[in-house]
Amino acid sequence: MSGHSSYVPSKGLMQWLDARLPLPRLVYDSFVAYPVPRNLNYAYTFGGILALFLVLQILTGVVLAMHYAANSAIAFDSVEKIMRDVNWGWMLRYMHANGASFFFIAVYIHIFRGLYYGSYKAPREVLWILGVIIFLLMMATAFMGYVLPWGQMSFWGATVITGFFTAFPLIGDPIQQLLLGGFAVDNATLNRFFSLHYLLPFMIAGVVILHVWALHVTGQTNPTGVEVKSSKDTVPFSPHATVKDGFAMVVFLVVFAYILFYMPNYLGHPDNYIEANPLKTPSHIVPEWYFLPFYAMLRAITFNIGPIDSKLGGVLVMFGSIVVLFFLPWLDTSRVRSTAFRPVYKVFFWIFVANAIMLGWLGSKPAESPYTWLSLVGTIYYFGHFLIVLPVLGLVETPRRLPGSITEAVLAKNAGGGTPAGATAAPETKG
Amino acid sequence: MKKLLPALLAAGLAFAPMSIALAQDGQGPTENTASEEAAVGHDASAEAAEEGHAETPHYPLEHPEQLNWSFAGPFGHWDLAQLQRGLKVYKEVCSACHGMRLVAFRNLEDLGYSEAQVKAFAAEYTVQDGPNADGEMFDRPGIPSDYFPSPFPNTAAAAAANGGAAPPDLSLLAKARAVERGFPTFVFDLGTQYQEAGPDYIHALLTGYDQEPPPAIADSLQPGTYYNPYFISGPALAMPPPIGDDQVEYPDGAPQTIDQYSRDVSAFMMWAAEPHLAERKATGFVVMIFLVVFAGLLFAVKRRVWTGTAH
Repeated sequence: MSGHSSYVPSKGLMQWLDARLPLPRLVYDSFVAYPVPRNLNYAYTFGGILALFLVLQILTGVVLAMHYAANSAIAFDSVEKIMRDVNWGWMLRYMHANGASFFFIAVYIHIFRGLYYGSYKAPREVLWILGVIIFLLMMATAFMGYVLPWGQMSFWGATVITGFFTAFPLIGDPIQQLLLGGFAVDNATLNRFFSLHYLLPFMIAGVVILHVWALHVTGQTNPTGVEVKSSKDTVPFSPHATVKDGFAMVVFLVVFAYILFYMPNYLGHPDNYIEANPLKTPSHIVPEWYFLPFYAMLRAITFNIGPIDSKLGGVLVMFGSIVVLFFLPWLDTSRVRSTAFRPVYKVFFWIFVANAIMLGWLGSKPAESPYTWLSLVGTIYYFGHFLIVLPVLGLVETPRRLPGSITEAVLAKNAGGGTPAGATAAPETKG
Repeated sequence: MKKLLPALLAAGLAFAPMSIALAQDGQGPTENTASEEAAVGHDASAEAAEEGHAETPHYPLEHPEQLNWSFAGPFGHWDLAQLQRGLKVYKEVCSACHGMRLVAFRNLEDLGYSEAQVKAFAAEYTVQDGPNADGEMFDRPGIPSDYFPSPFPNTAAAAAANGGAAPPDLSLLAKARAVERGFPTFVFDLGTQYQEAGPDYIHALLTGYDQEPPPAIADSLQPGTYYNPYFISGPALAMPPPIGDDQVEYPDGAPQTIDQYSRDVSAFMMWAAEPHLAERKATGFVVMIFLVVFAGLLFAVKRRVWTGTAH
């Protein structure tokens, strides 16, 4: 998509088409000749895996929509009809429901990989911001999709989450009523959520195109964080990256199939097999697992801060936890891209990961002591990581010496740890 | 939300729960304020407070025993004789109060019955159909495409006939109940493929009635409820002990005990909730073999492609 094109169309149809609409050239330049750093590890395969899952979700979703009825009177039964009477319906529905979970597993690994290797730093700020937008769209899509089966958790999750908007003074109530199509979650809500749930994945696909475009302009990062300097540093996308991504995709699919076929309800909540009942509140309302860290941050604010009451405070903190990601490229002051060469930040990175997991666990717990104050500690650390650790550490940390080039790092690594050359490069592979 | 709250509170009183439970007062989640459990739970919480129990009691009081099910694990399959016995228990005992509206008679062919047997089985039920050409609803014998008729015309009627607690429909119950596993058990479950929390729970509940409640709980039990430490949302539930030894006759010589009845009906309910379970696991085995072999081949190609390219 950028730079010099080496595409030479074969005679006949391809040459004819290339002169009119250079689509084959675009594909060739993007997915065949496109140079990728030779030292990418398997953490870099999750972009491809995410593309696969977006396609999988859209395909299964389109077929499910042929059998699903977005009406609060029959939605629950129509899902059961899919599970019982539609040919392979059980598989389609379990693929779609668990596919959402695996989509999030992949996107979290993808995001943490970006955090670790500094993929958000110049000149890739736009690429990163587009990624955060995709993440937001994914969250909206997943939330609305979870409402569609019209089980107890669907209904009460929708009630709680749309209730967030009422925290905002003046505009809150009208926004919530617009979202719900009424004063409470009901048929109107289900209808518009279904419509939006069908729309948003195509918006995701659109932003993904921009995301890949931006990626192909700047090129990928790599574990050393040193930019590509010569053609020796890269290999052509096909066959090198194609086959490596393909292998990683199939391994990921093995894990997916294991859950899909053997424990398809492991990641779900049993209450969602009870039809929605507006008169009966479940004892614990919990969102899907991938929202739990954010849910914990929402509930961590149990006190008023000046004019901001605890509810609004919680909502602001929750939205803020995503908004802060948009500013990440400018919050990190370090000139070294890869965490592999930042010994101090590496420790903080893994604390951040552990903190995120802890917040996820806290999100599944009832809102009582000690979980609420632990959530508060986790929330403070989450924001502290972005607002204090990243800006300060970049200024005070002494990074390790960077290799001169990707090739130098690779050759040093392959020469073995015993040689003196090993001292200069690829410390990310050592303890 | 503001309009919902009074409605919920009213519902909490009118719709006395299938889970008449105690001692939920002061429990954490703010969303819980209107649940029926809280509405009837004042006695016990006062009791707990007197004893200095600041902590919320966690239900169920006892965790269900993990049983061996034929349908567990990667090669899980149905024990058809067990499902047939479970159907008999459901038909002769449970169906007096519990519906199974998502299961059709035609589905019973999965249990090993012939088409003729299913027709005969369906014909034993009376199903309302219509309207006919005169605009009248009429009763006729059931046919295989009919669904199990529910014992009550609607939830309100079911609640009214059962002391305020409507007996839940059993179609999905085996997937709709699961006692929380907690950390780290839920991690180990990934390895053991434990997905039988529903049938384990149902079996534990059905066999858990014969226990004496601890004195603190005994004094606070609501009239018309039955102590059962396995009940998922309180110390006692509105369902009386549903079945006794020798209540259902088994033609195949299986023991006619509460334990065996409970196992059989739990397995039957798992089938009702997930009729394609065995097919799913069998498909999964083939898919896993395909994917693992495919991954192996791709890895070999990957090795070949990257030979000579240090990386």
